[in-house]
Amino acid sequence: MTRYQCPECGYEYDEAAGDPHQGYPAGTAWDSLPETFTCPDCAVRYKEDFRALEE
Amino acid sequence: MQHLAADNGLAGYVDRKRRLWLFSLMVPGLALVGPLLYMLVSPNVLWLWLSTIFGYVVIPMLDGVLGEDLSNPPEEAVPALEADPYYRYVTYALVPILWVSFIVNIAFLGLHELPWYGTLAVILATGGSLGFGLNLGHEMGHKKTGLERWLAKITLALGCYGHFFVEHNRGHHRDVATPEDPASARMGESIYRFVFREMPGAFFRAWDLEAQRLERCGKSVWSLDNEVLQPALISAVLYALLIAWLGIEILPVMLLIAFWGAFQLTQANYIEHYGLLRRKEPSGRYERCQPHHSWNSNHLFSNWALFHLQRHSDHHAHPTRRYQSLRDFPDLPRLPNGYFGMYLLAYFPPLWQRVMDPRLLEAVGHDPQRINFLPAKREQLMRRYGLSEAPLDGAGAAA
Ligand SMILES: [Zn+2]
Repeated sequence: MTRYQCPECGYEYDEAAGDPHQGYPAGTAWDSLPETFTCPDCAVRYKEDFRALEE
Repeated sequence: MQHLAADNGLAGYVDRKRRLWLFSLMVPGLALVGPLLYMLVSPNVLWLWLSTIFGYVVIPMLDGVLGEDLSNPPEEAVPALEADPYYRYVTYALVPILWVSFIVNIAFLGLHELPWYGTLAVILATGGSLGFGLNLGHEMGHKKTGLERWLAKITLALGCYGHFFVEHNRGHHRDVATPEDPASARMGESIYRFVFREMPGAFFRAWDLEAQRLERCGKSVWSLDNEVLQPALISAVLYALLIAWLGIEILPVMLLIAFWGAFQLTQANYIEHYGLLRRKEPSGRYERCQPHHSWNSNHLFSNWALFHLQRHSDHHAHPTRRYQSLRDFPDLPRLPNGYFGMYLLAYFPPLWQRVMDPRLLEAVGHDPQRINFLPAKREQLMRRYGLSEAPLDGAGAAA
């Protein structure tokens, strides 16, 4: 399980927690998010902009 | 950078605008002053015109006289500025001011016999205050805390415009300065034409975004989790209570006020990205929004009244950044007056074009591939300004 961070606003997508409000339940892998995924908080960074965080 | 911020907070920076942000409470509060003076001092309809005259005459003059402010907080001071709760409290304080102002004005209309020009004055003043409500809902709706997001919905509900919270953050910011965006005006498009695209476009984009999100969540679009419906229910209850108190005759007046409030946003949207275009990349995706895709104004007074909304490029670059930390950058597309003066100009489309078209052409380097044209006017505008398409020898040729 990895966390991914928006380089603009700091929003974190944690695969373990998912983002249920956006419709991605806990355990949803980063790879299975749609390619059209944009940052839910700032909306100006795309999926490929996110950085994987080191544990 | 980090250690500087940790050592001495603001890194020696003093925010000279700190107290002046209280103008962001006083200017919207003017709509409440008119009816109060009418009831407590003298029943003179002129009082009711106070805030409208202030908005259309006094603010553009103050912008002309006080001029621009090019100062920025240093980047090291931003974390401390963002963390200072004072700035947040100023935004919270405006919520009850706007609610009280709206209810007092509606009750005032319902309980007084006014000549038509008195009723008109209250509609314009109250609608104008809803415009400030949209600006406040905008500032708070971009933030990450649940409290601020709810305060945004509660504020936007006054003018039946809660869907803005959804449509703006996840729609406008994604599609800004592209033909896809109903909230970005095109070159050659008058404000009167724009409004027919902007208002319905905003509502349906919000609805579609929520429908998609709720489908992913496995919920009905009619669920109470629908963030378009939540503020709409607040609006319905508020308007129903006011009708029960003041009679059904108040409904058309409230709808006119809500429309005039929404039109304040239309005006802001109209001038914020007029004619500017993000280029399409070979992948079919638009280039990321750059600072030169927004119009800016550094005029002091209107920025104090609008929580720095006019530093619009930085807002689009960093949408969650708080108003006190927004910065100016050199060489951005620049408006000749603050938003209020520009609204006046937009009411007269030939005048608007005469002022803005040369600025637009300069901002995009006379490159038609960087202009968001109204399709029907494209040929005509290209001819009028002697523009020619750059030779099409592969992507990036125009860069
Ligand atoms: Zn983000």
